[in-house]
Amino acid sequence: MQNHPVFTDNDPQSELSTLNLGPTHPATHGVFQNVLQLDGERIVSGVSTIGYIHRAFEKIAEHRPFYQITPLTDRLNYCSSPINNMGWHMTVEKLLGIETPKRVDYLRVIVMELARIADHIVCNGVLGVDTGAFTGFLYMMEYREAIYEIYEEVCGSRLTTNIGRIGGFERNFNTIAFSKLRKFLKDFPVTLKEFESLFNRNRIFIDRTRDVAAVTAEEALSYSWSGPLLRAAGVDYDVRAMEPYSSYDDFEFEVPVGTNGDVYNRFLVRNEEMWQSLRLIEQALVKLEKEPSDIFHADVPDFYLPPKEDVYNNMEALIYHFKIVMGEVPTPTTEVYHAVEGANGELGFYLVNDGGRSPYRLHFRRPSFINYQMYAPMSRGMLLSDAIINMSSLNVIAGELDA
Amino acid sequence: MGKITNEELLSKIGAQFNDKVTTIGEPFGLLTLETTREHIIDVLTYLKNDPTLQFIYLTDITAIHYPEQEKAIGIIYHLHSLVHNTRIRLKVFLTDGDVHIPTATVLWNGANWMERETYDFFGVIFDGHPDLRRILNVDDMTAHPMRKEFPLEDPNRVDKKDYFFGR
Repeated sequence: MQNHPVFTDNDPQSELSTLNLGPTHPATHGVFQNVLQLDGERIVSGVSTIGYIHRAFEKIAEHRPFYQITPLTDRLNYCSSPINNMGWHMTVEKLLGIETPKRVDYLRVIVMELARIADHIVCNGVLGVDTGAFTGFLYMMEYREAIYEIYEEVCGSRLTTNIGRIGGFERNFNTIAFSKLRKFLKDFPVTLKEFESLFNRNRIFIDRTRDVAAVTAEEALSYSWSGPLLRAAGVDYDVRAMEPYSSYDDFEFEVPVGTNGDVYNRFLVRNEEMWQSLRLIEQALVKLEKEPSDIFHADVPDFYLPPKEDVYNNMEALIYHFKIVMGEVPTPTTEVYHAVEGANGELGFYLVNDGGRSPYRLHFRRPSFINYQMYAPMSRGMLLSDAIINMSSLNVIAGELDA
Repeated sequence: MGKITNEELLSKIGAQFNDKVTTIGEPFGLLTLETTREHIIDVLTYLKNDPTLQFIYLTDITAIHYPEQEKAIGIIYHLHSLVHNTRIRLKVFLTDGDVHIPTATVLWNGANWMERETYDFFGVIFDGHPDLRRILNVDDMTAHPMRKEFPLEDPNRVDKKDYFFGR
């Protein structure tokens, strides 16, 4: 491996010590390796090595029909899989020119915002753990569980959700899903408030996080940062607001912005985003009341699989089923870039189609991959303990890093 | 500030670069231009620094492989003007066997890993890149796996041939 240290100087006074932080270190929350040169506790230089869980998704995607690529996107940012799923569905819908009904858009907003909350719960909770406060993490984790139970009602699975289909959802939301959602909306704000009161004005937490790993807006833009990290640095770039997809333009929400991009700012921005997500979900529930409750997918029989009982009893449904599964539906030869606001930033799908049953080329613009490259340069001169909390506030998810 | 229309964008770039930049199309409203590797850095610099355009945000760099074409490797840049909320896509096509292109790290620090990834998967050599190593694949790998000739699975397998699936 290229990262093994070379010792040129044997003087113990001036010699730097080398520390392998990772690949599997409890403090890194994932498989990343950083080879750090330390002068005492201060980092002199670092080299990041990634790729430990590279699974060649872009290559696999070239051999799969569109609807089979959704499970691959689950495994990008596995803390907020539904956003990836929806982003992929919307990319294909854009390619095929499918217009989704408003009810589908609103249901998608609910699922995506739940996913954003689940992701931020983990990130901010773990940031607390890394600064020595375990309580907040435990309080919040209960509600990630509540969110996963809502996923279960909607799609049947919890972590890698494979939620929805091209054109909408595979089934309608049931009443249990809505009642769990309402319970969540009632209970979670109480805990989130409690969580904020544990941290926001906590002397120890502020001392550990304020001015740690501060990033200017120029630096952040130069490194193509996006999401809460970029917003913490003071740039109000949010894909939901700039290029509204899934009817986000029907909603009222604010884009929280920080000032100096340090760990404390990122924490506050993520917390505020959770409040905004709750607002969005509440608005979506109100809007849903005006929509016909039996619509959960667009009327696109060429791409949306018919219900199984129809396939067995109805000739037309059988034909469509066959055509979809065998990939005999023509698709336009063109290219499309679609971005959604993932929990970590701009999650982009660049899809080049040649009219076949699978993409000619699919590229994921993965926010974690792009955000993480500043980690080693920005760690220079930082204390090792600060570098650890910096990493957890970057919220790098190994699946999204490596694809 | 409002969006820059594609016509306005085209006329500005046309006035600056004449025939050095050609239009590929506007799929889904995203203006797609082609240029050559001799001019790509000039075009990127102009787009980034021009006060009326300000494409300061590098969204993505990636590549694509068309083995049938004479210029088989395409490098694709996505830029975003956050001030005007406008995106643009630039492409440079290179002949296989001579896949050299100047690096964009002189303009954006973030181009570093994007270019490493492109090198890793397509073998595109970014001249002047500070640290052009593989990034996701193992260092001693010899192939560039996103090229079309690289098989997804062991080509000697017989149980997954296309004709079993009617393809």
